[in-house]
Amino acid sequence: MASLKDIKQKITGIKKTEQITKAMNMVAAAKFRGAQERMEEFRPYAGKFSGVMGQLSATANPNAFPLMEEREIKKSMVLVVTSDRGLCGAFNANIISAAEQFLEEKKSQGIEVAVGCIGRKGHQYFSKKDIEVTIEIVDCMAKVEMVDARTAGKECIRLFLDGEIDEVHLLFGRFVNVVTQKPTFKKLIPISAADLTEAEAAEEEQAGPKATYIYEPDPEEILNILMPMYVNVQIMAAMLETACSEQAARMTAMDNATRACTDMIHELTLAYNKARQASITAELMDIVGGAEALKG
Amino acid sequence: MANKLNLEVVTPTKLVVSDQVDLCTVPGTEGAFGVMANHAPILSTLTIGEMHYQKDNDTVRVAVSGGFVEVSSNQMTVLAEAAEISDDIDVDRALRAKERAEKRLQEALSGREDIDVARAKAALARALTRLKVAGKLS
Repeated sequence: MASLKDIKQKITGIKKTEQITKAMNMVAAAKFRGAQERMEEFRPYAGKFSGVMGQLSATANPNAFPLMEEREIKKSMVLVVTSDRGLCGAFNANIISAAEQFLEEKKSQGIEVAVGCIGRKGHQYFSKKDIEVTIEIVDCMAKVEMVDARTAGKECIRLFLDGEIDEVHLLFGRFVNVVTQKPTFKKLIPISAADLTEAEAAEEEQAGPKATYIYEPDPEEILNILMPMYVNVQIMAAMLETACSEQAARMTAMDNATRACTDMIHELTLAYNKARQASITAELMDIVGGAEALKG
Repeated sequence: MANKLNLEVVTPTKLVVSDQVDLCTVPGTEGAFGVMANHAPILSTLTIGEMHYQKDNDTVRVAVSGGFVEVSSNQMTVLAEAAEISDDIDVDRALRAKERAEKRLQEALSGREDIDVARAKAALARALTRLKVAGKLS
């Protein structure tokens, strides 16, 4: 059995761990609120953007746009959005395994694959693997900036237009609620007209009846300008959502850790008391035994 | 009371303006244009520049860059990649950006080829617009 001192030391250690996890939980909670706010603030922008895109694509001929061109898929890329930091449970592992599964599937169909990484964790993982990494953006999740989304978007578009890659999928941690975050795929490029009209339908319900617009410049040209921006908006939305999910995942993970600590402390205290009791009993036995022996 | 136009300026980070205004002028790619209440529906892309709107007798100036504007049924929505009301502009930052962009353009002129001229020009235009809107352009 472990000695009294050993147990005591262990208890002190775990108490310290508990303090840390508790603090991290609170920090994550505060950051989560911030991330959620940013996500909500972005929503009207993204919603409006999709609405206008849908409306435009309904009037314009989709075949005229290089970014909407559906080619035979020879090489596929997945843009993986993960967090920068760990200690958030299985959050990143879930995203990465979803990516792996996706890549396996594509490979089995004889399609070449590449990955793009936004967020340190995904990058750490894929840079060690035997796979082409096209985009590396790290240290961007603490404060999600449009600049990063733009950089990633630009590169995706370039790869697509140069014919190096025939489709780009986006993989991110969708925020379902505080306890559930789900790795989710979304097709980024080519932009599908069906997606756009769907987005428009959603917007339409709020916006009321449709009017005939004056377009300046003409719809095709507007679409040409807006399409790259649309890609950026999608990436940005994915990043914001992942950032939010990350904090939520960390909150849950740290909450679990704190609870595990409390349990352990409880058990160890029990063991400590038992051991203390046992040593007292043993000492008493010694004294009593000694006294008996002296009596003769 | 005269009809008002419902103006919203939205950027990826926040809702910059949400107000009832009398007149709003925006820098469209095909030229600046003003919008008053009951304007016909219009959809136009925006360039880097100054937009301003009038409310009662006050004029508010806003620096915008990129994006588009949509007007329908008295609702005007400006979706910009960045937008700042004149009072919120960080003048020091804009000045630094201006100097940086000018330097880069200068270097590009003197033969450096690794510089993205279009980007530097855009950066310069953004910085100048901010300074102009902030009223700090000498």
